Amino acid sequence: MKTQRILSLAPLFILCLAVGSTAQAAGIGGKVTVQGTALTPNKTINMSSEPGCAKMYSTPPTREDVVVGSGGALENVVVYISAGAPDEASAPSTPVTVMQKGCRFEPHVVVVQTNQQIEMVNDDTTAHNIHPLATNNREWNKAEPPGTAPLTESFARPEFISVKCNIHPWMHAYFAVLTTSHYAVTGENGAFSLGNLPPGKYTITAWHETFGTQTQEVTITGNETAPLNFVFKR
Amino acid sequence: MRLQKALIAMVVMLASGATVSFAQESHIGSLQGHSAPGKALYRRYCVGCHGAQGDGAGENAAWVDPKPRDFTVATFKCRSTPSGTLPTDQDLFDAITRGFVTTSMPSWKPLTNQNRADLVAYVKSFSDKWQGGAPGASITIPPETPVKIEGILHGRELFQKMECWKCHGPEGHGNGPAAGTLTDSKDNPIRPYNFAMGSRFKCGVTNEDLYRIFMTGLDGTPMPSFSDNLKPEDAWDLVHFLRTLQPLQTKELEVWKQWRTAQPAQAKQLKPIGAD
Repeated sequence: MKTQRILSLAPLFILCLAVGSTAQAAGIGGKVTVQGTALTPNKTINMSSEPGCAKMYSTPPTREDVVVGSGGALENVVVYISAGAPDEASAPSTPVTVMQKGCRFEPHVVVVQTNQQIEMVNDDTTAHNIHPLATNNREWNKAEPPGTAPLTESFARPEFISVKCNIHPWMHAYFAVLTTSHYAVTGENGAFSLGNLPPGKYTITAWHETFGTQTQEVTITGNETAPLNFVFKR
Repeated sequence: MRLQKALIAMVVMLASGATVSFAQESHIGSLQGHSAPGKALYRRYCVGCHGAQGDGAGENAAWVDPKPRDFTVATFKCRSTPSGTLPTDQDLFDAITRGFVTTSMPSWKPLTNQNRADLVAYVKSFSDKWQGGAPGASITIPPETPVKIEGILHGRELFQKMECWKCHGPEGHGNGPAAGTLTDSKDNPIRPYNFAMGSRFKCGVTNEDLYRIFMTGLDGTPMPSFSDNLKPEDAWDLVHFLRTLQPLQTKELEVWKQWRTAQPAQAKQLKPIGAD
């Protein structure tokens, strides 16, 4: 299951690396950690009401509200430039895909730019409904029975949207809708890197579904990679 | 000079109202509703549950279940428009007129049409979503297909395939495997409709209302829209099957019963609805 997640995030990492290495420009990089009292292990998901999904796991999967690696490395944090970089004039034409697989959303945190398409695929043999509980955007709720064509939708306004499948109450994802293309999502090691940045003063925001947001200012003067770490307390 | 400017700004702010509110009109047929008289009516009839700010936090709200609608997010269950779009003025007018069966929201038919049109205008003033945001286009409902056993049986297959039973239960009793865990968009527990109660639906009573419910979804609740998954003729078949689940004297139930009496062997071969 872990391998699955890493594999699905792999294209994102490759993309980040590619942007960083070809452009040879400055950037911002670092790590997101969570410190404080010992973390309670994530709750195990009970999928017994959906045997078709339950049998896909040798050990039951756990919730993803807080996913922490070694040294407090915090996964699923969206790190992005919230000020200093110009808002994007237009959205990328390629959609971002989110899978419903084994009664889980994959990936757990989906980042898109405003008006960029999100393609939602049901890979399971059970029906799901995709229910983004948007407030800044419009809330909607659409069924996706098994074997149906993927749904595509986009959001016009920036927002961190909690997404549910009501049929399977443990299924939870976030759609992070940003006005910038300068973003990264932390993986298992909590690391992030924002590349291809000209000199200037930037505000960087780190968002996590449980711990909220933090912002820091970073100034890039030349061709360097400015170090930046975020520490969430619990 | 500076003080003067500040004073003018203050006066402007006070005149525009301390709370967030947006001037609105409503159009229902030839009727035009206005938010100013709508406000007076709202303060008299609606404020107790829906609250002065329209956020559903009126003083009665704590004792009301399901909770009163929060107008500030402009999410509405009963619409003729696709999921995720604003309802039409007519939709809101119809909701106020009809009330919401099995909830604390009564029918406001005793008010005049003009009163209800004014209320629609005022309800819209609580959310900025109406500023420049046009309502969705009402879905097209083609003429109802004749009630036939083939259609009912096909509707039954769709009830299985679309997994309506996961919430509504194999017999439509509102007791499917997911029923007990359902919450609305404010995390309050919510029950799926129990067809065996035979009550009106939240959004009306006719076959067309039933068609509209599952093709637009009830926004703010777990009930999704099936418009991407059902063709119009499929949707009518599903309507006709759903009617057989209600203990009412309907044409659909009559056709269903007749078939089961005439074809007991075939009826017995029907696979029960639910998990494999």
